[in-house]
Amino acid sequence: MAIEDLFKVVKARFVDEQPAQTAEKDVEIPQDLLFKCPRCGGVVYNEEFVRAMKVCPKCGYHARLTWKERLDLTADKGSFREFDADMKSLNPIGFPKYEEKIARMQQQCDMNDAIVTGECTIRGYRCVIGIMDSHFMMASMGSVVGEKITRAFEYAAEHKLPVVMFTASGGARMQEGIISLMQMAKTSGAVKLHSDAGGLYIAVMTDPTTGGVTASFASLGDIIIAEPKVLIGFAGRRVIQDTIRQRLPDDFQSAEFQQNCGFADMIVERGMMRKRISNILKLHGFPKEVTGR
Amino acid sequence: MSELTACEKLELIRHKNRPTVNDYIPAIFTRFMEFHGDRLYGDDAAIIGGIGYLSDTPVTVLAQVKGRTLEENKKTNFSMPHPEGYRKALRLAKQAEKFRRPVICLVDTPGAFCGIEAEKRGQGEAIARNLYEFMTLKTPVISVILGEGGSGGALALAVCDELAMLENALYSVISPRGAASILWKDGTREKDACEVLKITAEDLMRFGVCDKIIPEPEGGAHVSKEQTADSIYEYLVDAVYRFRQADIDTLLANRYQKFRKIGMFTE
Ligand SMILES: [Zn+2]
Repeated sequence: MAIEDLFKVVKARFVDEQPAQTAEKDVEIPQDLLFKCPRCGGVVYNEEFVRAMKVCPKCGYHARLTWKERLDLTADKGSFREFDADMKSLNPIGFPKYEEKIARMQQQCDMNDAIVTGECTIRGYRCVIGIMDSHFMMASMGSVVGEKITRAFEYAAEHKLPVVMFTASGGARMQEGIISLMQMAKTSGAVKLHSDAGGLYIAVMTDPTTGGVTASFASLGDIIIAEPKVLIGFAGRRVIQDTIRQRLPDDFQSAEFQQNCGFADMIVERGMMRKRISNILKLHGFPKEVTGR
Repeated sequence: MSELTACEKLELIRHKNRPTVNDYIPAIFTRFMEFHGDRLYGDDAAIIGGIGYLSDTPVTVLAQVKGRTLEENKKTNFSMPHPEGYRKALRLAKQAEKFRRPVICLVDTPGAFCGIEAEKRGQGEAIARNLYEFMTLKTPVISVILGEGGSGGALALAVCDELAMLENALYSVISPRGAASILWKDGTREKDACEVLKITAEDLMRFGVCDKIIPEPEGGAHVSKEQTADSIYEYLVDAVYRFRQADIDTLLANRYQKFRKIGMFTE
């Protein structure tokens, strides 16, 4: 390969880490009537798609959820107590138009940054939970995401709680420069601290888990679960395609591919997720709480 | 200290005669011997690992290898490691921990390699595992960025007690070219992106990411390999001496805090 080609590869990789805006638009049909699957191209009525917990009825692709949808599907009703709800990003390197972008996203997504963390019960089992929302700047990891995850693991270590982390991300947040890169080390350190304290960490990889998040806390679960058909990988698909100059197989970097390669313990369908997580918590000896509600 | 801009530095670190670890290792360490392989899959020539003496202290050296010729670069994959490179580094770091040897990481990479095989063997997991394990490695870890510190591929050898950078070295979450194509849809504007990204050693000192700047000769490291190697040597001898004084618990608590405190937000 010529040097120029390699530069192209590197460039394309970084471009690929950015929000997949076009794909996103395909998913959210404006009139809210139809869902067009980005994986199989199949079209179904949105109503049917939503009833199926946003799983494509044709191919089983588990589409992206908002943090609220994920929380509703996962936590026991009324059990969630949010951590650090007011934490907001600054503009550490003075990146052009970053504040405006953040403000717009905050309004659009009804959250202050790309992750919500807190404490909840899942079928009666208490845990610390983190939910990344890819609608917010492709859930890229900057200071706020890094700090919230770190605090969540530190809190869990202190209170002897398990952590359930729903990962989704396009990678590090370029707009925060080197500060964003450091969040990879910071969050991985916090996972280690929690692990050394005997804590259980279940990572649930959702669509898409890529870049610096795959290369840090997402890959460090004691148990790694993936949702069916979701994208999981380090480098962007297009970059790799440019390197090898041939079409990649459709299942490349899918959850199934990762399980075959040895990087995911199991693939669990959305409808079974709550039960599977609570069973794992139970097996690890955590007590079931009797709720007073 | 130099008054060069980030993009002038970018030119300097791309200079065809910029010294590489192949120049520095023999100049800095004595009786260096290389250890191959990750014991899992293979041996990645993009990362050299081995042991040798720094002054009279046995140390473990982990170094990313840029070539200067196309031939060399073919062998070392332009210093873009595969997972087995990072896993070899981790294996040797664990070995260093066992024998209480300080670990010296010499960082010089455009980034971790992106390719089918790298994905199949878990590039993401390999980098993550290094961040995780180096954070609590019970021996001093000193990292020096020699030229390019490219994103996660560099960070995988830079979870350390102290990070030093050569005066003209750059450390970035994204290549300037990549940033330019995102920002302005124009990769040729990498010089503009260079300034936006804040990637020089001075910038990184302000963010608390870089702890020490190692001076280069007037005109850049290539002007005098010997003088640059001497400066790195002096820095390393001092750093290893300082960090060997600390007890392990303090060392690890400080290492955790070094990264823990980085971030800018309001609440
Ligand atoms: Zn489908």
